[in-house]
Amino acid sequence: MKLGASLIIGGALFALAIFVGLFAPWLAHTDPVMDANLINAEEPPSWTWWFGTDAQGRDIYSRVVHGARISLTVGIVSQLVNSVIGVTLGLTAGYWGGWWDDFVNGLTNLMLAIPSLIFALAIMAVLGPGLTSLLIALGLTNWSFTCRIARASTLSLKSQGYVQAARVLGYGDLRIMITQLLPNMLGPIIVIGTLGMGGAVLAEAALSFLGLGIRPPYPSWGSMLSEARDQITTAPWLSIFPGLAIFLTVLGLNLLGDGLRDILDPQSRSRRT
Amino acid sequence: MTGPPLIEVEDLRIDLTVGPSRVAAVEGISFRIDRGETFGLVGESGSGKSITALALIGLLRQPLSIGAGAIRFEGREIQGLPAAEQRTLRGNRIAMIFQEPMTALNPVSPVGRQIAEMFVLHKGKNWREANRLAVEALASVRVPAPERRVNDYPHQLSGGMRQRVMIAIALACGPDLLIADEPTTALDVTVQAEIIELMRNLCAERGTAILMISHDLGLVANVCRRVAVMYAGRIVEERGSADIFRACAHPYTQGLVDSLPRLGSRAALGRTRLREIAGVVPAITNFPEGCRFNPRCARATDICRTTAPETTLLGAGGLVRCHHHA
Ligand SMILES: Nc1ncnc2c1ncn2[C@@H]1O[C@H](COP(=O)(O)OP(=O)(O)OP(=O)(O)O)[C@@H](O)[C@H]1O
Ligand code: SF4
Ligand SMILES: [Mg+2]
Repeated sequence: MKLGASLIIGGALFALAIFVGLFAPWLAHTDPVMDANLINAEEPPSWTWWFGTDAQGRDIYSRVVHGARISLTVGIVSQLVNSVIGVTLGLTAGYWGGWWDDFVNGLTNLMLAIPSLIFALAIMAVLGPGLTSLLIALGLTNWSFTCRIARASTLSLKSQGYVQAARVLGYGDLRIMITQLLPNMLGPIIVIGTLGMGGAVLAEAALSFLGLGIRPPYPSWGSMLSEARDQITTAPWLSIFPGLAIFLTVLGLNLLGDGLRDILDPQSRSRRT
Repeated sequence: MTGPPLIEVEDLRIDLTVGPSRVAAVEGISFRIDRGETFGLVGESGSGKSITALALIGLLRQPLSIGAGAIRFEGREIQGLPAAEQRTLRGNRIAMIFQEPMTALNPVSPVGRQIAEMFVLHKGKNWREANRLAVEALASVRVPAPERRVNDYPHQLSGGMRQRVMIAIALACGPDLLIADEPTTALDVTVQAEIIELMRNLCAERGTAILMISHDLGLVANVCRRVAVMYAGRIVEERGSADIFRACAHPYTQGLVDSLPRLGSRAALGRTRLREIAGVVPAITNFPEGCRFNPRCARATDICRTTAPETTLLGAGGLVRCHHHA
């Protein structure tokens, strides 16, 4: 089978972002926070300063590279938390039904009714800025889609022969959920998770831009944009490069999600066999 | 006979709740299966065979429930047991295989793992040991190259191979009773015969009792020592397999026997249609008064249309439920 172009491009962009994040200390030219030097302030991009420098003379390239660490950590960890919450709630709700299902449904609808960024904003306002609060705020507010998918998959998988057979063979509820249901719904869950990761990277940027996420001087892409706000006409490179990093990472994750959908979606899978 | 039978069903009624009302989907079901015995349950589609089997393993779910009667496994009533204890019976002491080997296996899990899971779940083995036992189990159902096959996914196996895997899973823990609900209807005739033979041999070797469920009287009588014929939620006749062809007592059983192709007959060669029993099984909500078979019965008289027949004992442990039995 021919792998989709979106899968390859998206995968490559995401892999690049991961690579940069993992090897940031080796890829960066200078320390992103400490190496301020007013002699080099606001240099435009050049052979020495690839992405230029900011008002304090810090190397933007090094800051973007280090920013990948923070942005990706937030994106991956918060989406993992969302996936775990969504799958746990959706799976148990679909499996057990009854009042628990009603409760989870109500909660999901509530979450869907409030824009998740507003919700995250409120949590950040309570917890205060910082990486940990960012992870909590973004990790708790974006599980509703995963939950819906998990619940719907459970409802349709529950009547499958192998789930019935497992019950007949003496599997307990937990074992049925883990061995029979979860692996069979993993495809759509991964797709939603990939797309959600892109959303989390964007949300981190938005919150940091508003001054509620990562605070300067630590370089997240959002906080860099926030700092660059006043110099957008005089030193556009301060905004362009972190903006480009956000754009490419989110684009990569969305393409990857779409590409994965093509190979993991049960319908397209059955079409091939 | 010493001690209680392996499983004993006494006057079982299964209720189907439809809206506010309840109807009996099966009622007055009684039978017993001894250790190592082979017992068959035969009847047309919808007669209540599968739900009776589900009741035996304590897995009836809404809208179905046990309305009356008792099911005893080794003398202990199953309904009274706590859920956790019921679960240790299922798969471990009582196992079951189904009609559809295509769908009864988890598509995303290698078959070896699905067999091994049984040893982990019921025998407390670690995965290393369980995987080794899974290869043995696969070898015992005559799957060639079992040490390689354990890594196969269900879609890589043929229907017959999958049903062998199902048998391996079902017999993994050495159950005392194997319930086989139409185990071969989805398979080719030749594969069917192989699978039945395999199941029968393995159970005979291990002393596992079989409860075989099918609409095919010929098949069941061939495998089982005793056969119960179900019609519209009731057992209408129970006989030794040999007696059923020689001298069946119930008009419905007679109909089933007549509809079987005889060796060498024109029907067996496919030239004429088999004699079928005219009419259809009534719906649960619409069982006729008196004997439920009366609208289709040639021997029916007035009493059949008003009074349900009681059980009459025949010789050699047989019984029949008919006013005018042969
Ligand atoms: N979950 C259910 N809800 C409602 N009715 C049911 C349910 N399960 C079974 N029934 C009804 O109970 C009756 C007996 O069903 P059962 O599956 O036991 O029949 P069967 O003898 O096994 O038939 P078959 O040969 O088709 O498998 C049928 O009329 C069926 O419609
Ligand atoms: S009781 Fe009457 S109707 Fe029923 S099977 Fe016997 S003869 Fe036929
Ligand atoms: Mg059935």
